[in-house]
Order: sequence, then structure tokens, then C-alpha cells
Amino acid sequence: MSAGPLPVRTRAAVAATRAVNGLSRRARAGHGTVAGGRVGLALDPLLLERLAAGRLTALVSGTNGKTTTTRLLAVAIEGALGPAAINATGSNMPAGHVTALAAAPQGAPAVLEVDEGYLPRLVASLGPEVVVLLNLSRDQLDRTSEVRMVASKWRRALSASPATVPVANADDPLVAWAASGAANPVWVGAGLSWREDAVGCPSCEGRISFAAGEDGGWACACGFSRPPLDVRIDGDDVVLADGRRLRVALALPGRFNRANAVMAAAAAVAMGAGCEDAVRRIGEVDEVAGRFAVVGVAGCAARVMLAKNPAGWRELLDLVCPGERPVVVGINARVADGRDPSWLWDVPFERLRGRTVVATGERCRDLAVRLHYAEVPHRTVRDEVAAVRAAWMAGRATAATGPGARRAPPHAAATAEGPVDFIGNYTAFTDLMARATRTGA
Amino acid sequence: MSLEIVVVHPDLLGTYGDGGNGVVLAQRARWRGIAAELVDATSGVALPTGDLYCLGGGEDAAQTASAERLRAEGALERAVGRGAVVLAVCAGYQILGTSFAGSDGRVLSGLGLLDVRTVKGNGRRAVGELLAEPADGRLPLLTGFENHGGLTIRGPDAAPLAEVAAGVGNGDGTEGAVFGRVIGTYLHGPALARNPALADLLLSWATGRRLEPLEDAEEAALREERIAAARERRSRHRVRYELGSSS
Repeated sequence: MSAGPLPVRTRAAVAATRAVNGLSRRARAGHGTVAGGRVGLALDPLLLERLAAGRLTALVSGTNGKTTTTRLLAVAIEGALGPAAINATGSNMPAGHVTALAAAPQGAPAVLEVDEGYLPRLVASLGPEVVVLLNLSRDQLDRTSEVRMVASKWRRALSASPATVPVANADDPLVAWAASGAANPVWVGAGLSWREDAVGCPSCEGRISFAAGEDGGWACACGFSRPPLDVRIDGDDVVLADGRRLRVALALPGRFNRANAVMAAAAAVAMGAGCEDAVRRIGEVDEVAGRFAVVGVAGCAARVMLAKNPAGWRELLDLVCPGERPVVVGINARVADGRDPSWLWDVPFERLRGRTVVATGERCRDLAVRLHYAEVPHRTVRDEVAAVRAAWMAGRATAATGPGARRAPPHAAATAEGPVDFIGNYTAFTDLMARATRTGA
Repeated sequence: MSLEIVVVHPDLLGTYGDGGNGVVLAQRARWRGIAAELVDATSGVALPTGDLYCLGGGEDAAQTASAERLRAEGALERAVGRGAVVLAVCAGYQILGTSFAGSDGRVLSGLGLLDVRTVKGNGRRAVGELLAEPADGRLPLLTGFENHGGLTIRGPDAAPLAEVAAGVGNGDGTEGAVFGRVIGTYLHGPALARNPALADLLLSWATGRRLEPLEDAEEAALREERIAAARERRSRHRVRYELGSSS
């Protein structure tokens, strides 16, 4: 579709999208990202295609890291291409995409986070220049989207869209399978710490063997193996195919954010940005949609983190352990979380032994039983704010009476009273954020 | 000698958190001073000899791969012949039957350790809280979360594990199956985390001992909450059904 002036119907749909979202925001009924997009799509079913026409577009999908990588990619291309249209709050289905595009000037590039299930139809209808494929693992057990089926659908969509360049995590066999059907994939060695969903070969249903170490490659007896890497991470460096090394001074914590950063950098280059500039800009991002921010909760400080599935939880436990801060773990099981929290048993909560731990959220009792069998002493406080407060008070009590308390000078108490760590799954996280205040700390 | 607890093919049948059943069994043995070893037996290695085997739920292709591997090996059937105890959940339960439906509708052979066969359901998947009254009056209510598309038909040699009080189960008003020391069920949660009495029944079979009770305060709190949730869901369904049928 060419990027001429928009038809009257489309202009009306754009105006309606903006108006409804504005009302929704003012009425505090939502983030103002979905309602308007729905109205716009009702007025013009081709609204998304028309709004995307003529833009340089990248779609970002995968089980974990979508919201962060989308933000990092938008930041990375800003110097070369200007501000991008972006669905920054994770509204990753067409209504959210419409909202993002309707709010941006015509012709601005677009970086859109896309739900894994919606990716094939968006690749087909938008024909994006770049698609970033992060990883695929189990998520929401009560919805039957088996990850293998998702990988096959991605593969079909990419094979049918030869102009689209996939920027794909070659360390994830399912992602590699999906992208290897495309004409010119960019292979990124972004690592994969959760392999429990990756051992079955997507090509022959045999078994994939992983080399020792996190980035040691993989192969199946049928010949399907990790493609040669164009870009990889090595410690804090991004290493390019020509051997150049760029130091990434990342403000965001954790291995998984280094993976998100290298994916975003590779995608930025595929969109036309310079690698040095992209990497420098990515390094300056210190918070994404509230994640990793320190917020105020009823007079206490909490560093807030979101994990939605076992792969994400394992990464965040790596981040908070070892450590001494009290940890609050919040679990809900609403539709958006998946209604079956059995996955709690796939998470190595044993690592929290020795910490002050408070279980919270609507399914705190499931978590309490899990912690009991992990032999992690804990308190169970259903209300999230009360739970943060309980952990905060327990942390202060430990700081006042714990080893070294008497020897420490009085001002040292402030350090011991640093924020508690809160890790929640999706709605547990958003519920707490709705009741928290930004401290800017 | 320590109690060997084998989690069978966690790489194939580990999609729904059922590996937790092995953790519950091992801990409940250890907390009573019984040494227990928990072994994750991935599909790439020979199935080790054990006293207790746990199979979990998995995706269709993985279920087929696991069944083929187990059938070729014959080690699980031999273990049951020696008196080993088996708890199999969902896809694992279906594998223990005489046959089950593959993703493409093909009928695949199971291990025949339970006289049940599973056919493709003709409607929606059964997804939600499952509550069942055990046929064996010694066990309290069973609670869990079911998530399956198959209908399981019991033959004359498989007694039902329980009668469904809320949810779907096998599809004929019963839930699960028992033969000797082999139990199949659709309960996730994991089953033994939600039903410690079932865990203790399996442990008493495996050890031949009467087990002293443990303090299960947190399990009791979880059970109370989930049983209430399942009953509430059932009564909501009933109201909807009655309203629907009167119009």
C-alpha cells in the first residue's frame, strides 16, 4: 500500500481513535491504548494497514522481553530515524497498534510489540521491514497455544514475506526454526537459559543436544543446528560478525536485559541505524514501563519486577540472588496470568532460602505451599501493599538486630533500609503499580 | 536404603508443573526421616529403577514421543510388575492406558498399565478447577486444575479414582483410574501439592509403612480455598444452565 493521503474514512477513524483514547485517559478508565483502537478498527477495518503504509516498520515478538526490547529498539533508532510510533505499555494486539500509529506523525518509523499469536497475520498484512524474534517458551498453561505450533506459524508467515528481515535469537531452536524459512535472517546469539521447552527438535521431533555453557550452540542428529551467528553477546560486549566489539554499558539489570539489548541493537542496524549510536542509546534506558523502578508503597520503598512464566522467573531469581533484601513474591491467576499456577513448581524458589520472604497476591496460598516444600520460611500476606509493608518492617528489624548492627555507625541504617524486592506475575505487578507512587529513587 | 522417586521424561511430560509431584513425595518422605532420592529421568537416558514413578502432562507431539520411548523400553511395565507405585497425570495418564488419540487423530498404543483408552473429545477442552469425591472413602476430596481435550473411557479392570463433583474428569462423571498401585488422574496443581493425603497414600504403598501425620497447615489453607472456588464455579454453571433451559 502506498503512503498517499489517507482516505476520508480512515481520517475519521484516526480522529475517533484519538478522541476515545483521550476520553479514556481523562476518565482514568485505562491507559487509553485499547478502547480507541477498537473504535477506529470498527470504523475502518483496514485502519492498521493504512496507518502502517509508508513507514519503516519493525515488529517485536517472543514469550519474554517484548516490552523491553520494543522500547530499546525505539530508543536505538531515534538518532538515525527520529522518534518512532511505539505501543509502549504492552498493548500488543491490533487495537493497541492502531492507537500507537494514530498518535504518531505520518511517516515516522514504527516499532510495535506483537503478541506471539498475532504475529503471523501482522507479518502478512503489514509486510514489515524487520521482525525481532526473541524466544519461545511455555506461558499461560490454560491456553493451549503450544509453543511448537506458534513456531510453525511464524515460519510459514516469514517464508511468505520475503522482503521481511527476521532478527532472530539463534540460541533458541524454536526461534531458529521459525526464522530459517526466511530469505535473509540476521542471526543473533542472545543466549537461552530456559531450555525445558526447546529439547524437542522442531525439524524432525528428535532430541536437540546443547553444548555445555549458556552460549555453546546446539544441534540435532537430523542436521538442524544453530546457524552461524552474525551478532552475539560476550559478557558486556556486543561482538559483530566482522569481529568488532562494542561495550554495552547497560543501565538495566540482568542477563536477560543484555539479551534484549543485543537483539534491539541488531534490529536497529537492520533498520538503518549505526551500531555505535544504537548501543550507546540503549545503554541509557534505566526503566521500562515501570519495571525495575523503585516505587513508594505505603511509605516503603520497593524495587518492582515482572515475571510472567518460569523462564522469566528464573532470570529474575538470578538477578535478586544472592542478596539480602527482603523479597515479596506476588502471584495472581486471572485470565491474563493464566488460571493454572502449577508452573510455580517449575521455578527454583529454593534459591530464596535464607531471605526474608513474603508471599502475596490472590494465589498466595499456592505460593505458600510451594515455598513450604522448597523449605523457604515465609509469611503469607494476601494484600500486596500490606505484604510490602511487612517485608519492609522485617528488613528494618533485621538491620537493627542482625549481626554487625551494633558496630555500624548510626547513618549506616539507611543502607540497610534500602528497598525491598517485589517480583510479581502480570496482574500482581500491575495491581501493585496502580497503588504505588513513583519516587524517582 | 533410600526411596527412589523417578520423574519420568520431564523434558517431554513437564509442561504443566507436574514435576512438583516428585518434589512433594520426596519432601514428605524426608520430613518423616525416610531417605528419598529424586531422579529426573529425561527421555534421552534409560529409565532408572525406582520405587515410585511420576508422569506429568505434555504437548501432543511430546506425549507421542514419550509413549513410543516407554513402549520400546518396557522398563516401566517391568517396574510395575515388581510392585512399583505410579502416579500419572493428564498426558501421562493417557499413555498408561491401552490407547490414546494423537494430535492428527491417529490412534496410538499406550502401555496398557491401566484398562482405559482415551479418544479425542468432540467439544471444547476441559479447562478449569476439578473437584472429585474419591471412590476410596479413606481419602478426602481431591482438588486440582484440569486442562485436556481427551475423553477417557474405562474398561472393566480400571476402577475410577473418584466421582466428579465439579469439572469434567474422564468425561463420564468419574475422574481418573486405579489398578493395583497405578493411579491415573487429570489433576494438575500439582495433584500432590493440593492433595497431601494422596501423596501419603502413594508413600505408604511404596514404603509398606504407616506414616505419621505431618502438619499440613498451608496445604489445608490452599485446599479450603480451591475447594470453595470449584464449588462456586459449579453453582454458577448450574444457575446459568437452569436459566438457559427455562427460556
